[in-house]
Amino acid sequence: MEKPQLIIDGKRADGRALDELRPIKITAHVLNGADGSALVEWGNNKVLAGVYGPRECIPRHDASPYRAVVRCRYTMAPFCSLEEHGRSGPNRRSHELSKVIREAFENVVISEAYPRTQIDVYMEVLQSDGGTRCAAITAAAVALADAGIPMKDLVCAVAVGKIDGLVAVDFSKDEDNYGESDMPIAIAPRNGDVLLFQMDGNLTREELSAAMEMAYKASAKISELQAAALKAVYDGPKKEAHLVLGDKFNSQ
Amino acid sequence: MEIVNELKKDSLKRILAQGKRADGRQMLDYRKATLQQNAIPNAEGSALCHLGNTQVLAGIKFDVATPFADRPTEGVLSTNAELVPLASSTFEPGPPSPASIELARVVDRGIRSSNCIDLKSFALEEGKVLALYIDLYVLDYDGNLFDAASLAAMSALLCTRMPKIEEGKLIRKESTGKLPLSTKTVTCTFAKVDSTKLLDPSLDEEQGMDGRITIATTPQHVCAVQKGGWGAFTQKDILELVDISFDKAKGLRSILQ
Repeated sequence: MEKPQLIIDGKRADGRALDELRPIKITAHVLNGADGSALVEWGNNKVLAGVYGPRECIPRHDASPYRAVVRCRYTMAPFCSLEEHGRSGPNRRSHELSKVIREAFENVVISEAYPRTQIDVYMEVLQSDGGTRCAAITAAAVALADAGIPMKDLVCAVAVGKIDGLVAVDFSKDEDNYGESDMPIAIAPRNGDVLLFQMDGNLTREELSAAMEMAYKASAKISELQAAALKAVYDGPKKEAHLVLGDKFNSQ
Repeated sequence: MEIVNELKKDSLKRILAQGKRADGRQMLDYRKATLQQNAIPNAEGSALCHLGNTQVLAGIKFDVATPFADRPTEGVLSTNAELVPLASSTFEPGPPSPASIELARVVDRGIRSSNCIDLKSFALEEGKVLALYIDLYVLDYDGNLFDAASLAAMSALLCTRMPKIEEGKLIRKESTGKLPLSTKTVTCTFAKVDSTKLLDPSLDEEQGMDGRITIATTPQHVCAVQKGGWGAFTQKDILELVDISFDKAKGLRSILQ
């Protein structure tokens, strides 16, 4: 494939400004079975997160007498991309992402309150279009809160980087594939701590600093949407938990 | 957990003895079924099925593949079910469980045996055919995965776009129209508790049931059956449930468009 033009007249291929996020919709409490859940629709990404716990730690030798064990699992559905049919289950990439996502949440979950238990965080990418790990972290944080698990902060994440020589935020699949650098960051918004930080490609020190600034600005907005999604569920009467996807509805 | 199941079984039998179901349904009532098509626009076809509190997502993908040696001119149909761990505290990550394999194979048989998809039309050139993948993603488990997954799969097939094919390669962004389907398969699953038969069992009912039977039909034929659980069905039971399946399938077929 030939590299498409990513910046046209100072705007990006989808018409966004360099510091503009794609439309983000967050819905909390969409599953009945899970203790907590959330759906994040971020551009064309659709990521579902479900949380169980604190529950009995199995196998028992994994349990800690000091804190709950946090487990994370990020996977992609075989039908999630515009490309060929994928393999089900985790691969090397998803194992790595699951690990760094777990480490981010270990920082904020008050796990000392639940010794000898485990907390499971499952993230399923149902549709992918660049930035799925950030959407997954954003969904998982809301699902953890929906499960009533105490946390120091509601983590959110966004990717920044460089496309066609310019620093920008929140890359689509094409921008990710053909850009010069991609840098996903997860942030605890209350104290600004960086809890996940990955990067590939090439950036100067100045570009890296400008990209980080952009990430902090974007994270404030994502943070607001997360809080609003939780308020929509817990302010007012109890709501039914179910997913809304698709464009044609039939029922009997 | 054993004790919880025993208690649930006792309460299920107590309620059924009064001629009622815990959620207020009659014995042969379905829960509310809703289908949302094009849930995943990236897939060639997709649908989300709500059956009460059960939620199953089906995604359809096409690829170019090598045909099976014994059917060199037929396309490949492959069905896989994933009991996604976020759907239930009893689903664990790892290799496919016997339950997920059974689910995929029963849904597959219903669709395959009805011949609703003309696999012969999937031949491309010598040694190359189209493969159609049906992936069933169980997202929320409150019983009767067989019917929910079948409805999701059939609904997804009904909105599946055929990709354009050029020189043996798929151009997924362009479509040559909808996947042609000659009929619609509908399954009805019954639970048997003592001598009572219940249509569309909820999770509580499944946990207390003795046996289960799934009957897939087209308007003309029975096209797949699967009996599960240790409980037995009589010959009379089976014929009676086949009649009920043909009747109940009409209502379900009306939401498959």
